[in-house]
Amino acid sequence: MPKINGRDPVLVVVQLSGGLDFMNTLIPHTSEYYRKSRPTVGVASEDVLPLNDELGWHPATAPLKELYDAGNVAVVQGIGYENSSRSHFRAMDIWHTCEPTKISTEGWLARATRDLDPNSENPLTAVSFGRGLPRALAAAGVTTTSIGDLDHFGLMTKVEAQQEREQDLAIFKRMYTPAVGTGIVRDYLAQTGRDVLKGVDMLRDVPSRYSSTIEYGQNPIARALRDVVRVHTAGLGTRVFYTQHAGYDYHSLEPETHPRLLTELTEALSDFMADLREHNASEEVTVMVFTEFGRRIKDNGSGTDHGSGGGAYIIGDHVAGGLYSEYPSIKPEDWLYGEDLRHTIDFRGIYGTVLEQWMRMDPTAIVNGQFEQISPYKVTAD
Amino acid sequence: MATEAIELRAHLMRRVGVGATRDELEALADQPYDEIVEELLHPEAHPNPSADLLDRYFPAINSPDVPVAAGSLWIFNLANSGAPLGEKMALFWHHVFATGWFKAEHGPAILHQIETFRGNGLGNLRQILLDLSRDPAMLHWLDNSENHADQINENYGRELLELFSMGIGNYSEDDIKAAARAFTGWTFEQPIPLYPFGGYDTQFSYRDDDHDHDEKTFLGRTGDLNGEDIIDVIVGQEATARFIARHLYSFFVADEQQVPAWSIDPPRDPEAIDQLVAAYMASDGDIRAVMRALLTSDFFKTARFTRVKSPLELVGSAVKLANWPQTPDPAITGWSVATDAMGQKLMDPPSVEGWHTGKEWLDGGTLTERVNFAVEQVMDTSKPGVQSIVSRIAAAGGPVAPGAFVEQCLDLAGPIAASEDTRRVLEEFASEDGPLTFGNDEECAQSEARIGRMLQLVVSCPEYQFA
Repeated sequence: MPKINGRDPVLVVVQLSGGLDFMNTLIPHTSEYYRKSRPTVGVASEDVLPLNDELGWHPATAPLKELYDAGNVAVVQGIGYENSSRSHFRAMDIWHTCEPTKISTEGWLARATRDLDPNSENPLTAVSFGRGLPRALAAAGVTTTSIGDLDHFGLMTKVEAQQEREQDLAIFKRMYTPAVGTGIVRDYLAQTGRDVLKGVDMLRDVPSRYSSTIEYGQNPIARALRDVVRVHTAGLGTRVFYTQHAGYDYHSLEPETHPRLLTELTEALSDFMADLREHNASEEVTVMVFTEFGRRIKDNGSGTDHGSGGGAYIIGDHVAGGLYSEYPSIKPEDWLYGEDLRHTIDFRGIYGTVLEQWMRMDPTAIVNGQFEQISPYKVTAD
Repeated sequence: MATEAIELRAHLMRRVGVGATRDELEALADQPYDEIVEELLHPEAHPNPSADLLDRYFPAINSPDVPVAAGSLWIFNLANSGAPLGEKMALFWHHVFATGWFKAEHGPAILHQIETFRGNGLGNLRQILLDLSRDPAMLHWLDNSENHADQINENYGRELLELFSMGIGNYSEDDIKAAARAFTGWTFEQPIPLYPFGGYDTQFSYRDDDHDHDEKTFLGRTGDLNGEDIIDVIVGQEATARFIARHLYSFFVADEQQVPAWSIDPPRDPEAIDQLVAAYMASDGDIRAVMRALLTSDFFKTARFTRVKSPLELVGSAVKLANWPQTPDPAITGWSVATDAMGQKLMDPPSVEGWHTGKEWLDGGTLTERVNFAVEQVMDTSKPGVQSIVSRIAAAGGPVAPGAFVEQCLDLAGPIAASEDTRRVLEEFASEDGPLTFGNDEECAQSEARIGRMLQLVVSCPEYQFA
């Protein structure tokens, strides 16, 4: 098994729900087309954080820019796929299943988890923070754990008598171990019940074992990334972490909402990397941040509508920082449907990149094919 | 043991509400089934008393600023109303027309929307969609207030077609643009700011000078179309009948796949959908008529325990089992906090698609919350629902053998159709302390505690997760 920092490589996925405005994150502020298209939500040249002659970071991304300047961030420009869907739900399904042309309910990270832990020996091989399980992690027979609140995780926690609780848990385990299969949903429920018991045992001491000097913000993505550090540093064999940050669907009030979300996100990512480094647990981790689509080139007078051609961000100690793929052309004659950014690289190639080059896995069956990859790592596991 | 009449009525009450107590089921047992359905279809005859009571005794809980208490009150009404279907239809439309509080953070507008669903939820779809299109919370949520004659915002036009009526694949991108243009000028009056004055309602406003009066073509109809015309066309489409039928089937009969799969994968029971579509088309989109067809159908009557309880149903069924409180009490505010932890924050769905249902309600985290909540409700044996079960079991005078003890608990807590595996595990546990006896006060107290403990295990069993 290839190792890095003496450990197995780890993937942390950050999903930005709603459609992050790529054009207002890495901003082509010197372009006249940008100015003309975005009279309301555009960011002025004097406000951007300069990156090169053409592009600048949104001012609210300062913590991420600092990581970028240190060479720890690979920006994937123009990520997307053919016939990009403008429906949040369909688009998110496509990103989760790698199936742009048909409905699938099997998630790509669930397939990766199946390869990492074929016999479902460790319910914590893949861990999602937040309520519910994203489709990316869902597939029949694949065990993943979803943690709403790491500090209160357990069954029958209200049963005070310890002996009674232990007995209840034993009975629970037997009720959730049927002798014969009883249908897909019930089998899934039974498996889920048994995994809870196993996961509860493994996670019992995690909160008390963690300490850190890093003070995270009080928002969901900061809490989720702190929880990733707590579980990762406990050394429970988790290879895939999943977190989400919602609210990016700013059809209106983008100038107010977008900076707030970017601040929350980039501060959390910066604190996350600092926390991992404090625990000598950063080298084995790669972070991939994605969103379901970019937004329409022209603003609508208050925000932006659903578009295509977004961005993704790969972050880590061993990342070869810089810009990857190409920024979609913003000349009007190149606009997709006359109004959208045209994607320049397929997202499945980026999934393939982190799976093959970082996780050292064969991505073909996981992302349903072979797609152009990038080379965003200086050092990888060996 | 329960008769078929009791089991059928228990199934009906689980689906139109959050279940019924055994006393309530016995009272319904001799009433003809179709007559019960007819009464349920007219909830307006049974107004909810709870809002007035809350206003009087707990004005702070009844604040409209944040809908947390309102979510709990919704569950309370489902558990205690004489007419739960009105509450359940409001929940159904809330699932379909999912509107989130987090964007506006304006409680009164969200509460107004749910109140509208309570009033029109069994009405004609045309009226339901008209009310929805004029609803200030929706106008803000999907940005129709930013949809102007000279600057189209197509968010509402798109979701009206994709998620609220026809489903993807039944119209073109041009139809979406035409629908969006037809709804230009549909907006709301700016409400008085929430603070420092508290909750003020806002209201629908149509601004003709901001309406696009140019010619548009929507699904074959051409003219200076306005929003009403779009809705007229939509409600006459068979695609709409089919889409709403599938929603009703998934919500009331058996779990379907998630909505994005519907344009590709066929329904679980195509004949059932055809029956509902026929009822819709024959009644010109009368939801009461469609619900009558659904609740009296064989496919409904036989579909027992084929749906994973939503968090609201899980919480509702557990508090209904404990049957406490029966009058509004501050303790109920914890209920919507509980559904939130189980993945369903009432009046604040994660997106306009609403919640993913069925199997997707269940994962390690949410199952933990569900089991813990249900166990906590029946832990206190002094609660009326638990006391009722204790006195029914004690009524025969005892002793009650372990097998009968388990059977009676499963029966009186549902009836719950437990598997052989579950019964065997519970019976082995019951056998450890022998038969239940009620010979003296001490034995009564011991038996009561054992029944309470057994009920905790019953609500932890896999079968309890299904409605």
